[in-house]
Amino acid sequence: MGAKVITVTSGKGGVGKTTTTANLGVSLARLNKRVVVIDADIGLRNLDVVMGLENRIVYDLVDVVEGRSKLRQAMIKHKQFPDLYLIPAAQTRDKTAVSPSDMVTICNKLREEFDFVLIDSPAGIERGFRNAIAPADEVLIVTNPEVSAVRDADRIIGLIEAENKGPARLILNRVKMEMIKRGEMLSAEDVTDILAISIIGIVPEDENVIPASNSGVPVTLNENSRAGVAFRNIARRLNGEKVDFMSLDNSGGIFQRLTRLFAGGQGNE
Amino acid sequence: MTGFFDRMLGRGKEPTASKAKERLQFVLVHDRINLPPERLKEMKEEILAVISKYVAVASDEVDIALEQRDRNQNRLIAEIPFSKSIDKKDDTHPSRHTATSKLMLDENDDLLLDDDDDIMETRRNMAATDNAVDGDLGDFDDD
Repeated sequence: MGAKVITVTSGKGGVGKTTTTANLGVSLARLNKRVVVIDADIGLRNLDVVMGLENRIVYDLVDVVEGRSKLRQAMIKHKQFPDLYLIPAAQTRDKTAVSPSDMVTICNKLREEFDFVLIDSPAGIERGFRNAIAPADEVLIVTNPEVSAVRDADRIIGLIEAENKGPARLILNRVKMEMIKRGEMLSAEDVTDILAISIIGIVPEDENVIPASNSGVPVTLNENSRAGVAFRNIARRLNGEKVDFMSLDNSGGIFQRLTRLFAGGQGNE
Repeated sequence: MTGFFDRMLGRGKEPTASKAKERLQFVLVHDRINLPPERLKEMKEEILAVISKYVAVASDEVDIALEQRDRNQNRLIAEIPFSKSIDKKDDTHPSRHTATSKLMLDENDDLLLDDDDDIMETRRNMAATDNAVDGDLGDFDDD
């Protein structure tokens, strides 16, 4: 059985693509899946530090593309999960060092030996984004409940449909339930209404995320983190399980019911 | 939704989330068809200008709007009622006037044989009018 190639993208920068890719990679590895995560953000390498693997890099994606290293040599094994690998981006080159067909070739080689290949896309809609979605079997769009992030997500959804890579699924990141209750933040329902796509995860704002990145240990390994639970749930959904959306409201009120209702309506839960 | 209850209960601030939703829905309709609001306005004005060349439009009641059912189903819905004084206005409309003139000229062919000066005069004036509107009728005068 070949791997599923999943690209994580967003349009806007800073919404949590790299955090999401790292956490989904680790969460899928925890489910005993064989996983490769690829940093496709050439020139702005980051997935390595978020995953705590920055000191182990010898070769990178561009070295593989240009024949200086074998694919295996550029794959960095995770400290904790032996079936989780990172292929880092080059730090000193730009997006034009890699082409969409290079990405397809590399992913096709990985498909034989792995269950999931996750690609962390750069922000924007140019070459780096095209590289990242070229080999994708499925696209996940990360956004925040803010007008700028939602608008950019909409643009990306249109581009993904135009490339016949749709329908993409949405991850709504950095959700603050308290603000939604006060009517000061778009809810998951608002955002899926606006974007007209189905949602695969709702990740609450969580102060554990930044300390996790600080120490290079993805937050999903922190059992007390609510964001960590949300990422684990998304990984299980990617793995074909049915998982209820977690309640973001500690009082278990109307939001939970609405979310469940909505998830049922979308037919992906 | 919460914001709505807040407003009903007279507490809290303006619910900015619903404002964000409205603004996004508006701007995304335009983004998706790559037609900014100002260009759409120009297009509406041009459509109305064309229609007004042929019929009188009740401009106060015109409603032209973009409608989006889902991401890829966009349409322009236009309701353009004609002015209530349409009959009166139509009689004086140049294209209608031309049609009427032609009809009269055809009828006058028989009268022309009577060599009636008054009718000839009338006919010449009409032909002149028609020349202004439609050059093809110019030869008619020489029959």
